[in-house]
Amino acid sequence: MSTTQNQFHRDAERTTADVPRRAFLRKALRGYEVKRDETKATFTDWQKARNVAANIKYDGVNHLDRYLLEFEEKFTARGGKVFWASNSAQAREYILQLARDRGVRSIIKSKAMTSEEIHLNDALESEGYHVVESDLGEFIQQLKHEPPYHFVFPCMHLKRDEISALFEKELGSAPTDSPEELTMIARAFMRRQYIDADMGISGGNFLVAETGMVSITENEGNARLTTGLPRIHVALVGIEKVLPKLSDLALFLPMLATAGTGQHMTCYNSMFGGARQPGETDGPEEFHVVLLDNHRTRLLADAEQRDALGCIRCGACLNVCPIFKNIGGHAYGTTYQGPIGSVITPHFRGLQDWKHLSGASSLCGACTDACPVKIDIHHHLLHNRRNAVDQKPVWWEKIVWFGYVQTMTRPWFLRLANKLAPLAQKLHPLVLGGLFDPVRNWTKTRDFPEVAEESFHDWWAKRKEQSK
Amino acid sequence: MNGDRDKILARIREGLSVPAPLHHEMPARAGQSAQEPAFRAWLPAVGASQEEQMALFAKQSDLLRTEFVTCADVRAAAAHVAGLAAAHGWKKLAFHPGALTGALVPHLPTDLEQMRVEEGYDKLALEACDAGLTECEFLVAQTGSVCVTARSSGGRTLSVLPPHHLVIASRDQLVADLSSAYQGLNAKYGAALPSFISFISGPSRTGDIERILVLGAHGPKKLTVLVVG
Ligand code: SF4
Repeated sequence: MSTTQNQFHRDAERTTADVPRRAFLRKALRGYEVKRDETKATFTDWQKARNVAANIKYDGVNHLDRYLLEFEEKFTARGGKVFWASNSAQAREYILQLARDRGVRSIIKSKAMTSEEIHLNDALESEGYHVVESDLGEFIQQLKHEPPYHFVFPCMHLKRDEISALFEKELGSAPTDSPEELTMIARAFMRRQYIDADMGISGGNFLVAETGMVSITENEGNARLTTGLPRIHVALVGIEKVLPKLSDLALFLPMLATAGTGQHMTCYNSMFGGARQPGETDGPEEFHVVLLDNHRTRLLADAEQRDALGCIRCGACLNVCPIFKNIGGHAYGTTYQGPIGSVITPHFRGLQDWKHLSGASSLCGACTDACPVKIDIHHHLLHNRRNAVDQKPVWWEKIVWFGYVQTMTRPWFLRLANKLAPLAQKLHPLVLGGLFDPVRNWTKTRDFPEVAEESFHDWWAKRKEQSK
Repeated sequence: MNGDRDKILARIREGLSVPAPLHHEMPARAGQSAQEPAFRAWLPAVGASQEEQMALFAKQSDLLRTEFVTCADVRAAAAHVAGLAAAHGWKKLAFHPGALTGALVPHLPTDLEQMRVEEGYDKLALEACDAGLTECEFLVAQTGSVCVTARSSGGRTLSVLPPHHLVIASRDQLVADLSSAYQGLNAKYGAALPSFISFISGPSRTGDIERILVLGAHGPKKLTVLVVG
């Protein structure tokens, strides 16, 4: 077993044992589902809208080279600077070098999963920059020195008293059990940070090829302040985020809000085309976009799973996933959690090390149903399983399948196995739960099902005999 | 220096040499004609008449906790703002020079200090203001959104930094949906779009703590839309 798989088993076991936390999570996730369904119902045709959205993403991803070049041309024409990063190290180094060159001291950030992906904060802090996450959930996670729990709701696993205790310890605020007061503590703390920061770093939800714009969706207003006040704006965005036309957002903004949080529209949907233009009142002097590959082209090269690049990171598939509901976000050990994380992480970080995530699924398909851009998520989990075995067969699985074939192709052998099974079950208690228990993973938390004393075959024959 | 541009493009092209299967139906892309904006057929329905659209905007505003006020004229709008200022004890209001804002501010009480937000304004002074008054590009009926841009609304921060955002708009700025707003922006600016466009839907909010809605996370705690005419 790889170390990542060990970690997954250990953490999943620990988190599933925490029943109160699980109940808390389930309730929150259920809440999102209910709200999402209400808002979905206001669409004239949600299913058609999904098809159209999938279609536009298909067009974007399957002509990625063309649209990225169009984006670059338009963005550059408005005075922006594009940097293409093959990997994390290149992206980090570009941003660090920019900070050094421009004499930056203080950096404010709005939510960007790409920055988690490349561990940007660690890199900036180790060079002595003051870095603050401005999104409330991200700020809480930063103070806790923990990665986000859910890529849309970073601190959904925390209760108010835990957050109050954290603020008390880190910010010296008075304890409170009011979410409103807690939010205001963060607001008051952040105000000066926006004004003092020389550099604002954001992510991007969409790259609009037609107009060379970065579109950012948020509720809190922190991204607007991050991109409006500092003199330098850097957006770190995955290369797959392209939309062909500006007006495509008229579909994607409502769909992202509906699928993600059940809102009709997220509070602020902002499109940024360049730094401050001549004649405008304010805005940054420089605007840089770092286009991040970091193995996205590896996923692109897998034509079967290429649609996974259309993901708009709404989080809907996490909210409905029975696995996520039980193991929670941290057990995954990945930047992107949940069903979509299980699909893409093996491409980003290695199939053999991350294949276990694709195994940890009931294949119920709830994720695929929820996905606003119709990514075939649960089939891709199967594709990953198949590819993992093709690439590197597992010796004991081979033995098991060999045994199965031997048994099933020889009736006398199957009969013998049926006869022996009840006997084997009687002996089971001798090894139960021990090293030699072949089903110890099962018996750890459940009883093994009772084996029938009589096979169906025998029972049928007897019945026929009797009715003669 | 633009990094691994050519290498990344080469990897993309190599990957795309194998076509991807389709996992979904391919409906025709709507809205190719200039008359019928894209996506209208699938998104939430919007009435055709201006009354219906205004009623929808009012309903959405209510859901979003936006204060929506229709005023007979700019003077009436100023009276409403004066009322808010008195009720909340405002000391200072920021605004950008514009046709509607410029018409409104002379009618405000003299004890309410005014700050004009123009090139080179003092950020700390703006942060200390109790309210920011701006114009907008459009009001969007479908979603109850206010479309602001760097051009129409005094830059990027006037509409987000002060704790109360006041928007003044005329009735004819109401459009049906996001598609019409984008069409309108194109018609007005062509290729020279402002560097900042934003759809504001209600006051700033968060549900990060236990899914409980709190208004005024980082942006305005209150949003008031004044429609005149
Ligand atoms: S895979 Fe689909 S449902 Fe999951 S986050 Fe991405 S877009 Fe949303």
